[in-house]
Amino acid sequence: MSAHAGGYSADPRIRPVEWLPWIVALAAFFVLPEYLSLGARILIYVLYALSLDLIVGYAGIITLGHSAYFGLGAYVAGILAAKTGISDPLLQLAAAAAAGALLGLVTGAIILRTRALTLLMLTLAITSVLLEIANKASWLTGGADGLSGVVVAPVLGLFKFDIFGKTAYLYCLVVLLVGWWLVRKMIYSPFGTSLRGMRENSLRMHAIGAPVYWRLVLVYTVSATIAGVAGGLITQTNQFVGLNVLSFESAGELLVMLILGGVGRIYGAFVGPVVYLVAQDMLAKQFPEYWYLGIGTMLVLVVMFARGGILGIVDSLRARLRRKA
Amino acid sequence: MQAFLASVVSVAFHGAALGMILYVISVGLSVTMGLMGFANLAHGVFAMAGGYVLTTAISRFGVPFPVALALAFALVGAASVILERLLYSRLYTASDLEQVLFTIGLIFIAVAVARFIYGTLQQPVVLPEYLKGQFSLLGRDFPMYRVFIIVFSGVMVGLLWFGVERTRWGAMVRAAVDNRAMAQSVGIDTKRLFTLTFALGSGLAGLGGGLGAEIIAIQPTYPFENLVYFLVVVAVGGLGSLRGPFVAALLIGVADTACKYWLPQFGAFPIYVATIAILLWRPAGLFGRRA
Repeated sequence: MSAHAGGYSADPRIRPVEWLPWIVALAAFFVLPEYLSLGARILIYVLYALSLDLIVGYAGIITLGHSAYFGLGAYVAGILAAKTGISDPLLQLAAAAAAGALLGLVTGAIILRTRALTLLMLTLAITSVLLEIANKASWLTGGADGLSGVVVAPVLGLFKFDIFGKTAYLYCLVVLLVGWWLVRKMIYSPFGTSLRGMRENSLRMHAIGAPVYWRLVLVYTVSATIAGVAGGLITQTNQFVGLNVLSFESAGELLVMLILGGVGRIYGAFVGPVVYLVAQDMLAKQFPEYWYLGIGTMLVLVVMFARGGILGIVDSLRARLRRKA
Repeated sequence: MQAFLASVVSVAFHGAALGMILYVISVGLSVTMGLMGFANLAHGVFAMAGGYVLTTAISRFGVPFPVALALAFALVGAASVILERLLYSRLYTASDLEQVLFTIGLIFIAVAVARFIYGTLQQPVVLPEYLKGQFSLLGRDFPMYRVFIIVFSGVMVGLLWFGVERTRWGAMVRAAVDNRAMAQSVGIDTKRLFTLTFALGSGLAGLGGGLGAEIIAIQPTYPFENLVYFLVVVAVGGLGSLRGPFVAALLIGVADTACKYWLPQFGAFPIYVATIAILLWRPAGLFGRRA
């Protein structure tokens, strides 16, 4: 088990190196002001990837439909803002979180009774249902044209969303900080350890009397809540919602980011989106064909040769250096 | 009443054609998933490849239609052997997550390559004269090509069932699906068996993709867009069986056509809801033995 993966016996205090992402994020705010909108997007995807890591990496639930909760959060925040005139960002975010939690609880309670292909298929089908609803109920969601006219009031009535994206960036950073603290707390708790136990051997967890099903439902609900918040954030920073938030491709992309950074470790969810979205920003527009070719090849290579992702490679390099020293 | 009856017949007919295509494409997926437990999301890539082989062979090289169909089967099957030996076989013991990610990677690669070679436009299908026009039966006209699809797929399905139920190879496949360890220990070379079965399944997918190129449009996003349909057929039908996916494919073909005809405002919504309901009722699928 790697150093950053947490665990019951691991020291739960925050190590100095764990402040590094936050220092980098703050430094980026001052050094790269022209990239703040990309930065906010990265922060949102880190939060989103963190939510996915909780269920895929820690609890071992494989899903192709995590965009259901992200998309629902995005649409709830967007519909509140554009149709009902509720423009307070924290209220919108709370609604997105509540919607994500509710859907997570209901769908989780249903689908987590199944396993393997059936589970995979159900996650895919649930997302497809939501996508069809968003597509067809165009009076509410704007359908294929997307939902525009999203109004977001200043945060706490004080900080207005400016065109340079400064407020949006810091706002996303604070929300991410809260999400990270929560996820970290969970992972280092006995509950987090029992999640890993269920991933490694669900039969034995049953045998020692752990309430496997209810713990899976709980972690699934928490994950869906965080994904809903991330969806709300993307609506608020873009001031627009498109159908793509619910698409299978977006769920696939998120999986790619997570696997790229490293699954089952908190900071894999930080590294993956940064590398993926920065590379996408630099390469995807110039070479769209090569971009998907590159992503596909990278996925195959990561699965074949580097199952821990970037952080896994870093770990093994450090181990090798230590052995030489 | 007369008009309603006519639309019912029409929906059943077109639905059956779509269902047959879905079955020919998906049956290989059912068998390979049942045999090796491999979550192969990239199965649609083989169908798409078959579609491209068929359309290219006809429109660029002037190959006759039946030969182009055979090419779609043979080339895709042969290519799948290379993929299986080179890549898939290394991941048989890997976790579900790794298999899922690997096959999503394959989809990304296939989408990029297809767009690179053919662009984003849908590939047109040039049918020979004898497959155009209408076929009259009991005073009704049916499009000739759809009739051909149903009859031809029916023959393929018959051959496949004969192969699995009556031949030595089929007996070995059934043994390996039921209990791989036991099959291995009585001397069945499951590795070779799987390569062969994988090639046959992929070849059939290629054949189905080519045959159905007129119904399911051949374009680079094919493996993504139709993934849900192929997986629904396998999951609802049940892993490792031949009959289950057949019933499921026909159900889905007819239901999808009926929804598009009578309830266009709902899109594919009823199909997904029905899928969820069926899977909750029977998690192993309609005819599956294991969850």
